[in-house]
Amino acid sequence: MAKQLIEGNAAIAEAAIRAGCEAFYGYPITPQTEVLEHISKRMPEEGRVFLQAESEVASINMVYGAAAAGARVMTSSSSPGVSLMQEGFSYIACSEVPAVVTNIMRGGPGLGNVQPAQGDYFQAVKSAGHGDFHMIVLAASNVQEAIDLMVLAFDLADKYRTLVMFVADGSIGQMMEPAELPPMRPVRKPEERADWALTGAKGRKPNIVNSLYLGADNMEKVNLRLQKKLKEIAKNEVRWKEYAADGEHRIEDADLLLVAFGTVGRICQTVVREAEKKGMKVGLLRPITLWPFPSERIAELAEQVQGILTVEMNAGQMVEDVRLAVEARCPVRFYGRTGGVVPLPDDILPELEKLAAEVVGGEED
Amino acid sequence: MTKIEIPEDMELVYEYPESLTQAHTHYCPGCTHGTIHRLIAEVLDELGVREKTLGIAPVGCSVLAYNYFNVDMAEAAHGRAPAMATGMKRVSPDKVVFTYQGDGDLASIGIAEIVYAANRGEMFTTIFVNNAIYGMTGGQMAPTTLPGQVTTSSPTGRDVETAGFPIHMAELLGRLPGAAYITRQAVLDVRGIRRTKKAIKTAFRAQLEGLGFSMVEIISTCSTNWHMEPVEALEWAEEHMVSYYPLGDTKVSDGLQAMMKRK
Repeated sequence: MAKQLIEGNAAIAEAAIRAGCEAFYGYPITPQTEVLEHISKRMPEEGRVFLQAESEVASINMVYGAAAAGARVMTSSSSPGVSLMQEGFSYIACSEVPAVVTNIMRGGPGLGNVQPAQGDYFQAVKSAGHGDFHMIVLAASNVQEAIDLMVLAFDLADKYRTLVMFVADGSIGQMMEPAELPPMRPVRKPEERADWALTGAKGRKPNIVNSLYLGADNMEKVNLRLQKKLKEIAKNEVRWKEYAADGEHRIEDADLLLVAFGTVGRICQTVVREAEKKGMKVGLLRPITLWPFPSERIAELAEQVQGILTVEMNAGQMVEDVRLAVEARCPVRFYGRTGGVVPLPDDILPELEKLAAEVVGGEED
Repeated sequence: MTKIEIPEDMELVYEYPESLTQAHTHYCPGCTHGTIHRLIAEVLDELGVREKTLGIAPVGCSVLAYNYFNVDMAEAAHGRAPAMATGMKRVSPDKVVFTYQGDGDLASIGIAEIVYAANRGEMFTTIFVNNAIYGMTGGQMAPTTLPGQVTTSSPTGRDVETAGFPIHMAELLGRLPGAAYITRQAVLDVRGIRRTKKAIKTAFRAQLEGLGFSMVEIISTCSTNWHMEPVEALEWAEEHMVSYYPLGDTKVSDGLQAMMKRK
């Protein structure tokens, strides 16, 4: 299939449809509204379910209901709307039903603004809702990757009966790029729904989708089962990309390492090339799964490089995970912009130079 | 469940509904939840829909309803059952979907979800148990607690000046165009129980005919948190609640009227 010029949000919506999404429940919020608009037109065309809910609280609980019935289902929102969904995330996680949610992040906290930001890293990775759980978090840095990750999101959700969050900042949602859409997959037939799903207790005992377990022992058993599943996900599903100035695998020679995801992960690819012109050997690691986090690979690289600079569109969130991975093997510094300001190569390069001076100076002492 | 053969000279006049499990309920002595569970189960049996019914339990005293109905069940977050039912029914239009909710769940924390589900005319049925109190958390003021009624969070009686007024859900939802059937019944005596069963059956039939949203509000008792003997609670509800919450239909859509004339 040929590439076409397509807007990020429309691409996300169309990729979900082609991945076999049977139902979408959502609520308008900038900068993700085009996901809802595109899908509101396309789902009826495909004979599938679209419903504009009365709130994000309702959206996520509609998703929960459809997922419990065994359908491939998603919702989409942006930062303040995602906060409203967190109750539902926790129930979905404990009930172990598959569902996909996208967060096209904007500036915050509070009502914030509608500029691109990454301030929801903590929320997505560390505090998706009450209780002990994680969702798989996939972060795209361009429109093509957004398309590919949306398809992956549905497959991972089904494979592990878990909640998968796709995150991008508003700039990826709003920009147009040439990209290739996947072929249309057939929608799962009602009779193909999973054996645990609520499909009617015909010739079998009733199925129950539930997150209530009275008694500490019962609840601990459920937690242990969930943790076992999360460990399996962490083992199998870590994804990231590495970049060097020549686009090859010269990251093995890098003295300094950049760690950045999403839009900044893309900007940092330019920074790597610009740094080489200034005589610095810099590599970039761009996490694609924010959870599970590529900690092992970062720990390996921390043995090799002299310092790490983490760059984010927030006040310093992922850098905590980088530090946890590095365990003081090398200095980890942070540069970030908040409120919807996008850091540019000219902002980031001086930070790299500072780091270079710090770590080289340290060796000379 | 084992079927018992009935001798030829005897007639089966009463049996355990197939749509109930054999589990012992956790409800307090004198609680009306058990009665209402049984009525729903009898209706599902009589309509022959048990094997295609999906139920949604609330948060509240009936949170464990998924253990008592012999149908596929989900357990919703507090107040969100109508949203869950919406999502479920839209992807399973051939199934019979119902929510079972209490007054705190439906009329307080979940009021947006029930109003919008009713207004969209979602094709599911809600059984709304109104006993004017938060039972599971130990007897706090509910949205339907009567003026002056003493609860653990209105210790000097519900003061409408500060706490606002009890909410009439059947009247509120009865005004919405998406609703096919909205009624208020009571399970305080045999006649009321029979009428309630009839209303539940009408509500499910409205769903099966695709006429729109249906809800049966049921005036119930909570002798434990009202601090009354079960019979005294029934009498108190008859005297105080039924006068505040009048029984009867608040919405019978044209489509439903036509259906009732046909049958």
